[in-house]
Amino acid sequence: MSFALIAEQILNGVQFGIMLFLMAAGLTLIFGVMGLINLAHGSLFMVGAFAAAAVAGATGSFLLALLAALTAAAIAGALVELVVIRRLYGKDHLDQVLATFALILIFSEGTRWLFGSFPLYLSIPSYLSGPISLPGGIEYSLYRTALIAAGLVIALGLGLMITRTRIGVQVRAGENDREMIAALGIDISKLYTLIFALGAALAGLAGALVGAIQSVQVGMGEPVLILAFVVIVIGGIGSIKGALIGSILVGLTDTLGSVFLPQALRLVMDASSATAVGSSIASMAIYILMGVVLIWRPTGLFGARF
Amino acid sequence: MKFRILNVATAAIAAMCTVAGVAFADTKVGMITTLSGGGAGLGIDVRDGFMLAIKQSGRSDIEVVVADDQRKPDVAVQLADKMIQSEKVDVLTGIIWSNLAMAVVPSVTAQGKFYISPNAGPSALAGKGCHPNYFNAAWQNDNLHEAAGAYANSAGYTNSFILAPNYPAGKDSLTGYKRFFEGGIASELYTKLGQTDYAAEIAQIRASEADSVFFFLPGGMGIAFLKQYSDSGVDIPVIGPAFSFDQGILQAVGEAALGVVNTSQWSKDIDNPTNAAFVESFQAEYGRLPSLYASQGFDAANLLISALDKAEVGDADAFRDALKAAEFDSTRGDFEFGDNHHPIQTIYAREVIKEGDIFTNKIIGIAFENHSDAYAPECEM
Repeated sequence: MSFALIAEQILNGVQFGIMLFLMAAGLTLIFGVMGLINLAHGSLFMVGAFAAAAVAGATGSFLLALLAALTAAAIAGALVELVVIRRLYGKDHLDQVLATFALILIFSEGTRWLFGSFPLYLSIPSYLSGPISLPGGIEYSLYRTALIAAGLVIALGLGLMITRTRIGVQVRAGENDREMIAALGIDISKLYTLIFALGAALAGLAGALVGAIQSVQVGMGEPVLILAFVVIVIGGIGSIKGALIGSILVGLTDTLGSVFLPQALRLVMDASSATAVGSSIASMAIYILMGVVLIWRPTGLFGARF
Repeated sequence: MKFRILNVATAAIAAMCTVAGVAFADTKVGMITTLSGGGAGLGIDVRDGFMLAIKQSGRSDIEVVVADDQRKPDVAVQLADKMIQSEKVDVLTGIIWSNLAMAVVPSVTAQGKFYISPNAGPSALAGKGCHPNYFNAAWQNDNLHEAAGAYANSAGYTNSFILAPNYPAGKDSLTGYKRFFEGGIASELYTKLGQTDYAAEIAQIRASEADSVFFFLPGGMGIAFLKQYSDSGVDIPVIGPAFSFDQGILQAVGEAALGVVNTSQWSKDIDNPTNAAFVESFQAEYGRLPSLYASQGFDAANLLISALDKAEVGDADAFRDALKAAEFDSTRGDFEFGDNHHPIQTIYAREVIKEGDIFTNKIIGIAFENHSDAYAPECEM
């Protein structure tokens, strides 16, 4: 196993983690600040990807497609918040799960109704396609390198927004005591709509970015949603920093586990059973990680201590 | 759909009243297939192909009840029970996925009903678990993978990197490839079912010494793999079964699929009048090119119609013999059943090409002629 291969796999893990972060950041804000379990977050990921594919197909511009993904997901998010979610804040978590699960079904069948049942085409723009050479003899996809860079910029921007701006102060205050900040005269419902739209826009952007190298199809958001929940549980609910660290941990564990576990097991058993056992354990690796983190820190790495 | 079925039913009743005395028994067909969720494209193609054949036959005495299994085995089982007990169907068909077929087919045939599979062909139903009332109009699951192995030999490959999802059909796939591939295996990988990022696998392919890559990643998994593979700069040639190259998903893969060789029992350029008419009428009816799944639905319906021409479903032995004889014009040309009621057929190697703006497949050679399956000898009936 060469250095270049190991380095490439680490980059893959980081890139996967960064994309998870875009999903998890919105989810953790919504869960942490608004106390709402939003299962429909994966649908917003799908909305972003479909909007991007439609606009890219019509205009041929990838940047316009990304813009469309952000806008469409933000609008969808704001609408969902105004029409459905707003009625659920006072309700039990089970009611929220039920209502947002219904939203998944509505989004999925609505998308099928609009775009048909077959996957759509969305591809990497030519200026970002192909491999580039990184120092150390590593050959890596230019698009994935761009994804890592874009994700880090967004993480930095979100971090600054939370720590340095007025909105950030309100978000953090809302997380700690929502009655108190309402009493201080801040329009909490406007703040909630804003946060929901922001989270939705990030999910939509992730959908468009990932859709270009994967497949744009109905139901594409749900597998990512499950991983995003794992991330925010590991990182600590409500913490953007936790979401970032959690995402990269999950990304690295998942990627490196699926590569190195079968090879490590080959040292102690024959090749075919090592492949079978290794693949099975690798699928479980992130859940094992989650279990270990929760035993060590029951509220997650950066979660509030009770 | 319900409305249309009602129409068909009333029309049938009206027909029977006018032609008093010559009342043919209506045949009721239950179609359980996947019409919603991730795998809906396949079920919709099978349904559309099937309904096209029924429509073209002009027969009003065949009533088709269609229901969506949502790709869930428990839903499929409930639908089958409902169709048999309250709808009183005579023949069932439609299931796409092998795990659903395993949940439904054995109980359907045990209740004396007929099942014609337009897609799933799990090995268990081809070998020891074969049944006189079970017919597969598509293939046994291993067939196309075996053909890929045979094609790899003829292309001169000697060292393959092979990968498939970690589930029963994925394991059957790699087994099928290895059954006929005579070269060495550089590495064998099982990916997660539903995985959409293959960066880690592609890095391993790059580092391997393989001269060919065989992959079985149906649906969205295949789209993701091909797009990422073509972007990675790895230029080892790729082969696979038709499931990642069907008409429904090729447009979503785009340029990344161009030139890839894949194996299929059907292609839109198979040269026979039935196939030409099928491709043309499917396009006219639905405004898109048919996929192999559509051809399988079309063939399954024509198989059923050919048997109904000879015998009534009520006369089970005669009907079974009529199905076994398979005297219908298949889109694949000659069509013949083996003793385990699975097709003996030619499997082609196709290449992905671009016709105008549309990505599609072109036959470049024959991988197998009159190929049966490895499980037929185990079938006793």
